[in-house]
Parts: sequence; C-alpha cells; structure tokens
Amino acid sequence: MSVELVPHIKELLAAAGLSGNEAPVREILEKTWKPISDELITTNGGSFIAVQHGTGETPRPKVLIAAHMDAIGLMVTTIEEGFLHFTQVGGVDPRILPGQMVNVHGTAQGSDKAQDIPAMVVMPPVHLLPADAPTGVLGLNHLLIDTGLLPKEVEKLVRVGDFVNFAQEPMELAGETICGHTLDNRSSVAALTVCLDILSRRKHLWDVYGDATSQEEVFGPGSITDPVLVRPDLAIVIDVTFSKGPGGNGYRTCEIGKGITITAGPQDHPYLVKKLSKLAEALDIPCSIEAAPAPGGTDAYSIQTAESGIPTVEIGLPLRYMHTPVELVSIKDIRRAGRLMAEFIDSLPADFMNEVIWE
Amino acid sequence: MATEKKSVKAINFNLGKQELDLLTRLCNGVAVSGDEQEVRQIVLEEVKGLADEVTTDALGNVLVTKRGTAPNRLRVMLSGHMDEVGVMVVKDSEDGTYEFRIVGGIDPRQLVGKPVQIGRDHKPGVIGAKAIHMTTPEERKVAIPVEQLRIDLGPGAKVAIGDRGTFATKLAVLGPSLRSKALDDRLGVFNLIQLLKHAPANVDLFLAFTVQEELGLRGAKVAAFSFDPQIGIALDSTPANDLPAFDADEENARYNTHLGAGPAIYLMDGATIGDRRLVNWLSESADAAGIPWQYRQPGTGGTDAGAIHKTRAGVPSVSISVPQRYLHSAAGIVRKQDLINTFKLIHTALSRLDPSILNS
Repeated sequence: MSVELVPHIKELLAAAGLSGNEAPVREILEKTWKPISDELITTNGGSFIAVQHGTGETPRPKVLIAAHMDAIGLMVTTIEEGFLHFTQVGGVDPRILPGQMVNVHGTAQGSDKAQDIPAMVVMPPVHLLPADAPTGVLGLNHLLIDTGLLPKEVEKLVRVGDFVNFAQEPMELAGETICGHTLDNRSSVAALTVCLDILSRRKHLWDVYGDATSQEEVFGPGSITDPVLVRPDLAIVIDVTFSKGPGGNGYRTCEIGKGITITAGPQDHPYLVKKLSKLAEALDIPCSIEAAPAPGGTDAYSIQTAESGIPTVEIGLPLRYMHTPVELVSIKDIRRAGRLMAEFIDSLPADFMNEVIWE
Repeated sequence: MATEKKSVKAINFNLGKQELDLLTRLCNGVAVSGDEQEVRQIVLEEVKGLADEVTTDALGNVLVTKRGTAPNRLRVMLSGHMDEVGVMVVKDSEDGTYEFRIVGGIDPRQLVGKPVQIGRDHKPGVIGAKAIHMTTPEERKVAIPVEQLRIDLGPGAKVAIGDRGTFATKLAVLGPSLRSKALDDRLGVFNLIQLLKHAPANVDLFLAFTVQEELGLRGAKVAAFSFDPQIGIALDSTPANDLPAFDADEENARYNTHLGAGPAIYLMDGATIGDRRLVNWLSESADAAGIPWQYRQPGTGGTDAGAIHKTRAGVPSVSISVPQRYLHSAAGIVRKQDLINTFKLIHTALSRLDPSILNS
C-alpha cells in the first residue's frame, strides 16, 4: 500500500473538522487522495469526493462509497469573565464533559487569523450554580470552558459561534487498536483511503466515487445532495457501529477486533448484503451481520432514498465508547473494510446492475 | 512581631527553562498515594549534593536537612506532599478491561471519557462510556458510579491487580497559566527544592517531601516527629472557586481564593487553626517585599499542617497554598505568577524570621 495507514489515521484524528467546518479534513484528504485519483470534487454541501475512472466502456456504471468526515463537538454561545458558555454540535453526552481537554477555534481576529486555543471543560462549584441546578450530572448549560487566559485575552481571541473540538490525541492501545476522538467516523474515512489506494492499482470497470461526506452528525446535507451530483448506480456506506464493551452488550454490539459488520436492515439491498457477505467469506475477511430493525443512524438513510432510489449496502467498523473522546477501533478492521470494498468493486462486471434483483 | 517599616527586597526568582523542565518532570510523573516512588526518585536526584542530610523514612517520606550558618537559628519544618490522587486496579475482567477504585478524593463524574496511565510503565488506557445512542435521556442525568466504569487498555492488555494510575494529562503552559493533573502538590515539592537551592542562612531547614497526604496526612505525622521542629509550614495548593456565579444577581462571595491574587495564607481550614504569629509574619513579610498575597477563606479541607501542629508537645504551624482551579480532576489550572510569588513569599519570610517570634 502506498498510503501508510496508521499515520494517516492519526493525522485524520488530530484534525478538528466539526460538522459544517470540515476544511481541515478536506485538506488532509486532498493531499492523500490526489496521487490515487483522477479527479477531486469539493461539493456545495462541503463533501469531498475522489473520482477514479473505470476501464469499462462509456457510459460506465458508478459506485458511490460514502464515509462521513465530520466530528461532533461544541460551540461557544457566550463569553463571561473570560469563561466560555457553550452548546453542542452533534450528540454529546454531558457526562463525559467535566475535565475534558478541548481546543477552541478562536476566530475573533478574523477567520484567516484563527487560533486554536487549548482549554478544558470545567464543572463550577455547587454553590455558584442556581438553586434549581441538578445535583448529579450537570447539563451543558451549567458547564464552562476555561482557557487559562486572562479575560481580556479571551475577548480578543474568541467570539460567539467559535467551534470547540476535543483535544484528545490519538493513542495506540493493546490488541492493535487505536483510540481517540472522532474515530466516528474518520476510521471509515481511513478505510475509504485503503479502498481507493488498492483500486488505484487495479483495472476496475466501474467509475468509483469515494465520498467523504459532510455534516452527518447534524443535518446531513452531504448525504442528501451528493447522490444527486454523482447519480451512482449503487452505493456503499461505511460508518462505525457498536462494539461490545463496558456498558454495552446488547444484540446491537459485536466483539472488537473480531471483524467488520455488514448491516441487514431497511437501508440495505438484500442482494448486495448477500453478495458482499459471500465475498468476505471467500476472502477470509471476518465479518458478521448486524441486524437493523429500523432505518437511520448513517448516511445510507438519505443516499438510499435519493432521486428514484439507489441500491445501498452498509459496512460497519465496531467501535467502543461512541461519541466520547476515547473511542476505540481495531486497526485490522479498518484494513479489512478497505480491502473488502476494493475487492467488491474490482469484481463488478459492467452489467452487474442486471444481477441486483429482489428474490 | 512588630511590623517592619523598612522595605525588604524579595529574591529574584522566575520560571526559566530549568524550572519549567523540573515542573514538567514532577507533574508528569505518576505518584499515587501509597506508591510515590517515581516522584521520590526525582526528588532524591534533585536534592543530591545540596543538603546536609537526606533520608528516606519508613513510610517513604524524603527528609532533607539543610542547616543555616547564622547564630540563633530556628528549626523550621516545611512540607510539600509528593503523592497525588489517582486510581487502583482491583479486578481483571480478562478482556483488557479492569475494574478500579479511586485513591484519595476524585469526583467520579471527572473520570468518564478520559485517558489514563496505569502502573510504573504508564501503560495507556481509557475510561469510556457507552454510546450516547444506547442511553436514555433519564440515564444521561445520572452519574455513572465508579463500580460500573472500567479502565480499557485494549484487547489482551495486562496490568497487575494493585497497580495504581492517574489521568494521562501532560503539563501544558496556557498563556499566563499552567495546566496539569498533579499541581496538587508538585508545586509544593517544587518550592521545597527551590528553597534548598536558595537556602536562607538564618534558619535550619527541615524539608519533608511527604507521602500519603491525600489519605489523611499520614506521611507528615511521622516526618514531623522525626524532625522535631519549632515551626511547621505546609506548602500546598488550594481551590480557587473564582468562577462567575450563574445567578446574575448574586456575587461569588465563597471563592476560597482568586487566581492571580498571590499566595494564599491560611487562617483556618478543616484540620488546623493557623498560628496567628506565623500568619502575621507571613502577611507582613509579603507587604514589606511588595508581594501580592491573599487569605484563604476560612473553611474545610486540610494540609500537612493538620498533622504537624499536633506532633510531640505541639508545633506552631501555618499553611501557604498556590491557588488552583479544578483540583483533583484531569487537570488543574494555576497562574505562573502565583507560583513565583509563593516561592518569593516563603523565601522572603524565612530570610527575616527571628527566634523572638515564638516569645510574642
């Protein structure tokens, strides 16, 4: 592989790139994807797409692979005596916030002179809270961010609306795992890079659109508008899924490091689920079926229903502690997912869509 | 002691590269109460060649003696505790995750979603929480008890039952501030080392780098017995609850201390009533040298002085702290200038300490 995977993941994890502000991720992908793609597109909705032309006869069929690149985080709402009040961007459990290290993307001196200011989320002493504040878990409205700077410096650097991202640096843990913030869903973006890297050395017939989508964690403009732009014949959506671990052991969870998942649910075309599962088995890629009784949760929700509808299938990377700054994913699973997607696309005959039937 | 009219010149002291490097090593070291070895090693290395006597006692305190040269010297004990709050691994779940308990006082709400380091080799791990997607709104209003949390070191990882650990936060300089997991009380340890390097000639210094302060001032108790001092001073760090009150009509009157307002002199906490002769001597010394200082608001909490003042036939004692926000969490924040002024105050006060203080 020409792209070194672990440094690539770490670079992706270190980038801020909250929903609606994905530029830092696009910059990394532009650099990494340029040598392995024929064309790069930044969409109106903020997504970033690598195009690899197929070798089949035109008009060639197209496959869209979507992995959202945005991160959850916080946003400044008020500045008071040098302390920052904030709200959330995407779903944040308030219980993980007290004592959390963050970076405030301060733009008070203009967006072009933005400064990342190291800071932390803090829990005020009880006697400073209003009488009706809860005694146990404090909501976001009762927490503050402290930059360690004097109030007048804060006023100079930070303004209302500034994004705040988790500052947890990526760490490699035992069992070939990687840990940090925003493995949801940069680990899938890394798997997409693996896939594009492999395909760049293959003579696949189909045109490939590798799509790092925007704002999945909030309003999803990427997954709503990208299929209209690309008009794919079929789509693969890769996102993280729930792994077994402390606090999570239900039917929706699977073992970490024991392979990837293929989702079987209302967002997944049964024929594609079957085809992909058989291929994984043939390639000795450990893989299990994740049962999804209801739609939602990934970009597949919008992509499947774009225009007149697109046959879609979802691949999952098991992840522990989703939406905390210490998410944990198996590095092997990232490689496995990238390889499975590449082999699948490379195996597609020009007339594959004739095979995709309801049975 | 009569108020000194003439002005005193404080020692020229700053946080240069050497000082910041020492602070970084002290703060990033792991020394949870009961296993202070890592910081003890740094202390022993730093005091080498500077003291008259250095011993490590039965509990693990490092006891350093530095005698002055002037006549009529008081025997002054100063303590700074080496230990910090943390966690201990208590049960192996056999899948790379471990059950643990808190050592010292940490609000369990501070633990969730944090990186930690376990054991002497600082093995990296995390304390996670289940996905928000799998929680109910009601559940998210209830703090997760420590019994339900796990330290996750990754599949297959092994540490020993009984291993201790801390938050993995590294010291950072944030503009005028320092942020670290162990400012309580590596700042005290740091100031003791600086005092040894700039020892005043008019006193005998008995420097106690104590253990187990967070478990009930246990190290200081035996250290004070060994030293048998005439005066005891605990150097510690105390909460600065100087955040804005959420109710706009209310002023924050219970701040304990303010960041940036200088060293905090104790009148009374939950373990000691400060000896007023010493309290006045400290505040007068600060005024004489133009060093900003503040009273710590009388209240709860305790320092090594709580053990020292009850030793043998009794030791007049007082505490001085560097004000700190967010003690006993993943990181506290202090102002560099408060640390500098704390050292200046201690040094200035000791340099003008006269045995007659105990006759007043």
